[in-house]
Amino acid sequence: MTRYTSVTDADLSEMLGTIGVDSVEELFADIPASLRMQRELSLGPGLSEQEVYEELKTLAARSTSAEDEVSFLGAGMYDHYAPALIDSIILRSEFLTPYTPYQPEISQGGLQAMFEYQTAISELTGLPVSNASVYEGPSAVAAAGYVAQNTNDRKRFVISRGVHPHSRECVRTLAHAWEMDVVEAPLTNGVTALEDLTDDVSAVIVQQPNFLGAVEDLTSLANTAKQAGALTIAACDPLPLALLKTPGECGVDIAVGEGQTLGNRLDFGGPSFGFFAATQALVRRMPGRIAGETKDIDGKRGFVLTLQTREQHIRREKATSNICTAQALNALAGVIYLSWLGRRGIVELVELMLQRTAYARDRLQSIEGVTLIHDQPVVREFAINLDAPVQRVVARCQEQGINPGYALGRDYPEYENGLLVAITERRTKADIDRLADALTAAIAAERTTGTRKARA
Amino acid sequence: MIREADDTLTIYERSKPGRRAFVAPTTDVPERPLDELLPPDARRTEPARLPEVAEPEIVRHYNRLSKRNFDLDTGFYPLGSCTMKHNPKLHERVAGLPGHARMHPLQDPHYAQGALELMWRLQDALGEIAGLPHVSLQPSAGSQGELAGVLLTRALHEDRGEHRTKVLTPDTAHGTNPATVTMAGYDVVKVGIDAHGNVDLDDLRAKADEDVACLMLTNPSTLGLFETGIEEIERIVHGVGATLYYDGANLNAIMGISRPGDMGFDIVHFNLHKSFTQPHGGGGPGAGPVAVSDRIEPYLPRPQVVRRESTTNGSSAFFDLDYDRPKSIGRLRGFQGNYGVFVRSYAYIRSLGAPGLLEASETAVLNANYLLAKLRTAGVAEYLPVAYDRLCMHEFVLSGEPMRHQLHIKTLDLAKRLLDHGVHPPTVYFPLVVEEALMVEPTETETKETLDHFAEIVADILKEAAEDPEIARAAPYTTPVRRLDEATAARHPIVRQAMVRN
Repeated sequence: MTRYTSVTDADLSEMLGTIGVDSVEELFADIPASLRMQRELSLGPGLSEQEVYEELKTLAARSTSAEDEVSFLGAGMYDHYAPALIDSIILRSEFLTPYTPYQPEISQGGLQAMFEYQTAISELTGLPVSNASVYEGPSAVAAAGYVAQNTNDRKRFVISRGVHPHSRECVRTLAHAWEMDVVEAPLTNGVTALEDLTDDVSAVIVQQPNFLGAVEDLTSLANTAKQAGALTIAACDPLPLALLKTPGECGVDIAVGEGQTLGNRLDFGGPSFGFFAATQALVRRMPGRIAGETKDIDGKRGFVLTLQTREQHIRREKATSNICTAQALNALAGVIYLSWLGRRGIVELVELMLQRTAYARDRLQSIEGVTLIHDQPVVREFAINLDAPVQRVVARCQEQGINPGYALGRDYPEYENGLLVAITERRTKADIDRLADALTAAIAAERTTGTRKARA
Repeated sequence: MIREADDTLTIYERSKPGRRAFVAPTTDVPERPLDELLPPDARRTEPARLPEVAEPEIVRHYNRLSKRNFDLDTGFYPLGSCTMKHNPKLHERVAGLPGHARMHPLQDPHYAQGALELMWRLQDALGEIAGLPHVSLQPSAGSQGELAGVLLTRALHEDRGEHRTKVLTPDTAHGTNPATVTMAGYDVVKVGIDAHGNVDLDDLRAKADEDVACLMLTNPSTLGLFETGIEEIERIVHGVGATLYYDGANLNAIMGISRPGDMGFDIVHFNLHKSFTQPHGGGGPGAGPVAVSDRIEPYLPRPQVVRRESTTNGSSAFFDLDYDRPKSIGRLRGFQGNYGVFVRSYAYIRSLGAPGLLEASETAVLNANYLLAKLRTAGVAEYLPVAYDRLCMHEFVLSGEPMRHQLHIKTLDLAKRLLDHGVHPPTVYFPLVVEEALMVEPTETETKETLDHFAEIVADILKEAAEDPEIARAAPYTTPVRRLDEATAARHPIVRQAMVRN
């Protein structure tokens, strides 16, 4: 027995007797002898709970988390404050340990939470239909592309260079299998410059605010798409949607996005959740679970998984997506978080980020060797250029316990020394001032070193 | 369970203007006019109508909802193909350590050595369990692992200048398999099942040709049976240059006993939320890593976690993310995967070790065979015969067809009546090849007493149906709601709260 199994010797002999075999070994008779392992897996012996805890704690201690430094790192996931009540609810066994709600009579809690979540996403995006979650942001963008391709069967995606590099890569991964072209629309002063589209464009894919933090003119982008008969897919950061014109108002057909910022941990990249909302016209093409309201045979209100004829377990090869397990628990954290923020709180939170981000942008801009990559309106994140090697500047700041942001060079060679700086509500004015001082010193030091090298 | 008049009120219906749970931190920077920062034409005109509730009401609301859920920590959950084994509590504790939970995914690898090493060790362990040396942890769930697998197959064939159009899936396959095939740009070709529940080898031979890219196979199959012809299947599939894909949904039967890699599979996906105990969360999160052979390795998703021998001081290895993978299929998702799931599954593998994993699989198979035998001795087999009369692996499939004819209750009715007994029903109406199917997977973490009790309950329900089938046909009675009108819900979908403007 391990600590998770309970078969005693007495149980074993009784169980084997009932089955009518002499040994457990006999139960595996269908596996050809040549395919049986002749040795133990080389994974070592089992450990006690305490030993496993110590090992996992030691590993945790070898990483530097957002707890251990003042972090301005964003670029798709953000260090927001998640209230204590989220853990107290999502760690309840009744939410943590059930499977997908295949039996609605005993899953009303989860189903109703999905319904409430869908409502919140519809409110944020201004689109009437939300599903109950997909995996995370970037794959949600590709999933939206699949819906577009299945809707109009056209051969090309136009994707803004302002879309998260991971999302663009996910779209390319799948577009290749669908034998579709992916064309990038460039950025001008930080926002998408969309030229007239040909009539083979399936969807225009943009991000709001975009990867460089700029607020896009979604209405104009969606109009251009519509004129060419293409769908508009907007990958949205859900918190700024508290202030921004909604994708629905802008004429966007599908709004997707990364839900981590809604009460979920950073978790080194996951699990979080992706949201997926669309116009009424696309409801039967949506991927994933959708909860719907109905009544039971006594006329009592209840909730079920609905529109299941879209899904893989019913429609198989004709399904609108292959998704099965999604991110229900993370979406639950999302709706709890949004309820905690509430109608006014979410506006106050985003306005606070807006003010602090504006302060930080001004403060950093005044540093010698720092220029803005664009001067568009921003909400929580902005992009700057350094007149010094960005990797070395980042390294110098990190040595002082400040993570100044994301170096853009790998994804954007055109901003070789670009830095993307995120200001969540956790970063105070004092933190921002420390960042400014650290950047000032690091840039100055690097420029001196550079000059010295140049002289030598 | 709590039942009160207002127990279906939504959080929106509990909202009242002016209430709040959130108090914003103090604004400590000079405030600028909103119009200056965000022009009015970029802003929404109406606020998002989120609820207005204080903390006590939020807590009470969701606690109330939680009591309207059945869960694994409360009772038996023999949901076939889902491997509802116990979720060790330690895992939540370790996954919650700030050095795991609060790690930013774009942290410089020099500052993320613990996280990257954990991922590397998990890759290594999963590779050993699968018998395939190269692992990508990136896919978010089984279905994304499948997609990875078929895209890897495409990449392999394209690299060889081959253009193949079809993927084979047996009639017993999970729905995700054919859905994945279509999503990956291939046509599905179905392969039949023989009289013993195995893949029909003649049908496979007839359909395996040079256009076939891959066979996706679950082994043990969704019938809970080991494919006895696996060696011949491997010869047929590889004989036409196709890849052999292992759907890991049923890996829980064979850990440490037999390895997909040794059976000749090229690509394996794992469901960490099944075999490796990630709590299922009511529909996720999960994770669906893939393990592959040498010839598939160049195409694995970007980035890959690698261990580099340190060149500077020579003291220790350096764990890194390798983006330089020119033949990669690319990314399937953002960042590095569902790391929080990796922490839990790694903790599980360390807790059990090699002997524990072997014991888990042996016990899973023992429990399934015992429950099958016990149902037989309880007199259930006459109405619910096993679909294929063989030793099963970790699960088995019964057919409710005789029950429907003789007792006039369907598999659905039996499932609904089980709810009144505090048991989660088995998977119903799957696999499709078995009429009125009931797929039972007890898992290794259940006691003999629980299995005995389940057999008694099923026998009692059948006895009750023999006397009065209406009882089961109108079940359940004791649940928060009774049978729900799914047809109307689908015809006139209400998928969000109707709200009035205010």
